[in-house]
Amino acid sequence: MRRFEYHEPGTLAEASDLLTGLGEGTFLLAGGTDLLVEIRERLRRVHHLVNIKRITDLDAVTLDGEGLRFGALVTAGTLERHPEVARLYPNLWAGLRSLGSIQVRNRATVVGNICRASPSADTIPPLVADGAEIETWAPNGGRRIALADFFTGPGRSVLAPGEIATGIRVPPPATGSGRAYIKHGRRRAMELATVGVAVSLETADGRCTAARIALGAVGPTVLRAPGAEAILTGSRLEAGIVAAAAEQAMLECTPISNVRSSANYRRDMVGVLTRRAVTLALEAAA
Amino acid sequence: MKTLVTLTVNGEERSLAVEGYRSLLDTLREEAGLTGTKKGCDVGDCGACTVIVDGEPVNACLMLAVEAAGRDVRTVEGMQAGPDALHPLQEAFMEHGASQCGFCTPGILLMAQSLLERNPDPSDEEIRFGLSGNICRCTGYTKIFDAIRTAARRMAAPPADASGLEAAE
Repeated sequence: MRRFEYHEPGTLAEASDLLTGLGEGTFLLAGGTDLLVEIRERLRRVHHLVNIKRITDLDAVTLDGEGLRFGALVTAGTLERHPEVARLYPNLWAGLRSLGSIQVRNRATVVGNICRASPSADTIPPLVADGAEIETWAPNGGRRIALADFFTGPGRSVLAPGEIATGIRVPPPATGSGRAYIKHGRRRAMELATVGVAVSLETADGRCTAARIALGAVGPTVLRAPGAEAILTGSRLEAGIVAAAAEQAMLECTPISNVRSSANYRRDMVGVLTRRAVTLALEAAA
Repeated sequence: MKTLVTLTVNGEERSLAVEGYRSLLDTLREEAGLTGTKKGCDVGDCGACTVIVDGEPVNACLMLAVEAAGRDVRTVEGMQAGPDALHPLQEAFMEHGASQCGFCTPGILLMAQSLLERNPDPSDEEIRFGLSGNICRCTGYTKIFDAIRTAARRMAAPPADASGLEAAE
């Protein structure tokens, strides 16, 4: 592996100082399953690594009336094995379970998967569709940012230099709500999403009162499909409405062609998967 | 700058001097002399370097050695109860011809052991899912799955045969 200096701060303040003070080529290490690969494959020039694993209070998972909260050091494997996460957030669970391998998930953190800001990250669409927020620490005070507003491009987010993501909050599932995430790839294991679609619905008296659709791997960031959401909201989610929303989602995505798929195929799959994910979410809401 | 890292490897406390940028995989192989853990892809795709850290299987290539300080690490060398006693999974792999070139075998053995610790009677689908992070380019997996089923059966059965023989003598 290319050489770098290794740092192990004990507090967020120390970590933040190191990240801003050590200059160019300084990166934060959480799980490391992406960063260490990028160093080895020389995709990223790293002079200093700041490992945050010795910082306390970043590894908690709480699930109560406020919903789900997990810290920056919580691994995908830990959340995947949490029985209540699987029951209450089957969409997030599906995303977790299809991330890398069991061995990778035992190292990879969910917050790391988010901060890496890949448009194809499996944990992002379900969390965006559920209205999750990301919490940060910064020298002048942290903030809470809606995850839907967190990403600015592939690998880029609104995090300022020295600002550190500390955890994720997901609202509690409302009565009459349902959620689903469907990943489409060439194979089932060890695969990046060709397209990923998450749908979260709220219903009352057979009518859709709120709908959020998050599309993965079909734009520079995970995208919402506001037009498709508007078609669903207020409707009784009849087959014709669902088909119209799926068509609209196809218009709202901006896929590119790359080694995994052509743009046209991705767009077609957005239509298919949106229809299926709405159906699954509706079944779960009933 | 080297740091002295103290960890438990296969039940034995070891202190190893390592650079901050060295992976646990390279350190196990070169500093600890445990070459049973194999370096396949070195980027977390193949599973050949699987080791068990604090009870959880991980890719040793994706972990820095300094991060193993104070941790309990198990490698394939720690599977055997003694020099002449193979683990039931190792026995079954030999009987079924589940190992051909052998490069993936240490990682698959540890992954199978970890699976059976959690789930002593896995379904075929659960075995496949459990090994989805381990690549074998020789066997086509069928014999590996057969061996794991055989080992699971033997490990679940009470040691009735042995005690029965003793009673007969």
